[in-house]
Amino acid sequence: MIAELGLAALWLAAALAALQLVSGFLAARHGGEAAEAELAVLVRPAAIVQGVVCVFAFAMLVCLFARTDLSVKLVAMNSHSMKPMIFKLAGAWGNHEGSMLLWVTVMSAAGALIAIVERRLPERTMQATLAAQGFVALGFYAFLLFSSNPFERLPMPAIEGNGLNPLLQDIGLAFHPPTLYLGYVGLSVAFSFAVGALLTRQVTPEFARAMRPWVLGAWIFLTIGITAGSYWAYYELGWGGWWFWDPVENASLMPWLAATALLHSASVLASRDALRAWSIMLGVVAFSMSMVGTFLVRSGILTSVHAFAVDPERGSFILALLAIYIGGALAVFGLRASTIAEGERFALVSREGALVINNVLLSAILGVVLLGTLYPLLTEALGVRVSVGPPYFDPASAIFALPMLVVMAAGPLLRWRRDRLQRVRRPLIVAGAVALAALLVALALDGPGILPLLGLSLGAGLAVASVLPLRGRNLRRLPLATWGMVVAHLGIAVSLIGMASDTAFSEERLSALRVGETAQVGPWRVTLQSVSPVAGPNWNALEGVMLASYAGGEPARLAPQARSFWAPPQETTESALQTRWNGQLYAVLGKAADGQRWQVRLWWKPFVTLIWLGGLMIALGGVLALLGNVARDLKRRTVQRKAAARRAELAR
Amino acid sequence: MNDSARGLQPKHQRLALVVVAVVAIVAAAIIATWALRSQASYFYVPSDIVKHHPAPGRSVRLGGMVEKGSVVTRPDGVTIEFVVGDGTARVPVRYSGIVPDLFVEGSGVVADGRMQANGTFIADKLLAKHDENYVPRELEEMTAAQKKMVVEETTSR
Repeated sequence: MIAELGLAALWLAAALAALQLVSGFLAARHGGEAAEAELAVLVRPAAIVQGVVCVFAFAMLVCLFARTDLSVKLVAMNSHSMKPMIFKLAGAWGNHEGSMLLWVTVMSAAGALIAIVERRLPERTMQATLAAQGFVALGFYAFLLFSSNPFERLPMPAIEGNGLNPLLQDIGLAFHPPTLYLGYVGLSVAFSFAVGALLTRQVTPEFARAMRPWVLGAWIFLTIGITAGSYWAYYELGWGGWWFWDPVENASLMPWLAATALLHSASVLASRDALRAWSIMLGVVAFSMSMVGTFLVRSGILTSVHAFAVDPERGSFILALLAIYIGGALAVFGLRASTIAEGERFALVSREGALVINNVLLSAILGVVLLGTLYPLLTEALGVRVSVGPPYFDPASAIFALPMLVVMAAGPLLRWRRDRLQRVRRPLIVAGAVALAALLVALALDGPGILPLLGLSLGAGLAVASVLPLRGRNLRRLPLATWGMVVAHLGIAVSLIGMASDTAFSEERLSALRVGETAQVGPWRVTLQSVSPVAGPNWNALEGVMLASYAGGEPARLAPQARSFWAPPQETTESALQTRWNGQLYAVLGKAADGQRWQVRLWWKPFVTLIWLGGLMIALGGVLALLGNVARDLKRRTVQRKAAARRAELAR
Repeated sequence: MNDSARGLQPKHQRLALVVVAVVAIVAAAIIATWALRSQASYFYVPSDIVKHHPAPGRSVRLGGMVEKGSVVTRPDGVTIEFVVGDGTARVPVRYSGIVPDLFVEGSGVVADGRMQANGTFIADKLLAKHDENYVPRELEEMTAAQKKMVVEETTSR
């Protein structure tokens, strides 16, 4: 019954999306004049009810997973009665159908939220935006209902479920996909705004101010999602690496790059009324990238260590949706771009100029990553199978990333509209001197490669340059959005220093230890105390207990495990980490080498934690900026209301 | 404000932006294509290695089947040697480290690493199937019979 309720809700939500599309489109098209405009009253309610109904459908799916209803195919395929409850719930979205339902649920909930809170946009643009939103959602409902029904029943209930991929049975990963989806879906809202504004030709600073919180929100979630995903890969896969240029990782990086560019250009549009067409274009591109990401991950068309659900039919469905949305949006863009009135002018040496260069460089990195990710697909069509890896991505992206850091350092110091380089010469010299000093220190520390050297040097310079805009300003009265920028830029510098330090200075020790023997890695001495079996809720493991002491200090206890899951039968490696302020010790227990010895892999990774600390700082910067924007809007609205009240009083 | 004298005309400014963007995108495309070209031979099966001899020290990816009975553990307890074959050619591989959980003799494997002058492949990283549904797609380049074998070996029982 629960499954049928869910399915019915899904059909109802699809119907409401169709209503939203038709009524929104007609209302936007005919303005206030024609009879069709009466439909306008339906748009907002349709969006709100659609959101509620879709959330209900998703709740039904979670309920099925909580009860482990094995008569439902999806539950039987992806769950197991013995799984811990939290992973039963997470199982609802840890698979293709469930994650697509989550996607559309977040999207429709966002649509409902826009319909409730958004009052800044002109009514027609609002209706066009909701129509676009309904259009996008409709495609995903069709996808779910016709090719990925999550509520499908089995002819005969299964006796026991298949279980969930053990790699996904990790608390971090359980919440990783929803975080990324909030990001992807936030970009779909930006897309709808862009299409809506194009349809009604109302690309104004008001529009950018309305769109910006959505882009910021999406960007914050993407940042957190990427950071968490990187940390998950680092400790769960046992390779000791934090970025693999895996297609699935690229699938989240590409929308992030586009969203970062959009965020900056929307700021220019909001405060300076320039870059109108470019911002619209980025709105379309950013969502395209999240669709491309979905396509890559969901179609199983590329090799990936974390791709699941290989199904060409679904791949073609998503590809068709991609073509319709992106093609449609680009067609509207092509028709309307020339009618968007020109914005304000600015000189090349100005805040706007720096932001444009930053945008161009971000787009170039995006292009390089996109090409590298899709290249295997292209050559495959020609019958040649290749795989593209770090030897391509590292240098190709660094070529554009390194100059971007320089622009990032200089941009915030420049004034809007027009500036002279001489005015910012002194702060830039300071930052440059710090970069040079860092370079010399790193050189003295013997032998890192050229990229980590540049990374360390530019990271140090950028760290200094990012706090320079605070100089000579009243810190208490500084707008939150400015704080956000400073913290986010500083976060980039911190992350970069972490990456460079890990690449340059990591030490690795691989040994076969008897119980009681000691291995040395960097300043650490690690003693294998014991290896013994332990049992978890749905796995057995061998646990190695190690005592690790840093430079002769108090020993800390580490317990890496080699786990065997029962359902499905699979083995995973659980690394153990010991974190200090200046880095992390990373330990993995391997197989028995020969009866008496155990393989132990140890890494000392100086300052590696800065990578994720930086990621969190970037996200925090986004949160500050979002709060700042919201606060400013509220203030502006209060001022307007007071002014209106005064005018009314005077008129009387 | 003396904009027209010092700033660019709007049309020119727009043109300049478009030119900058186009130059950057073209540069990105050129760099990417160039880098991809040198990457095009990143993935090798053993017969490619024998035919094309990738330069020693260059980073490549090798894929094939771990030959049955070829895995030997060195006395240090952490270095293993095995042979990767594709039915026509065989490449000896050395790997120091903890093998992935699903690394099994007779099964498919993909190794990142580099060739040595003496013809041994030194692997930095081994990728085996990651779950019961995962087949390294690169291995599909092998002949149909080998492919069938890989699929049988690496899909769920």
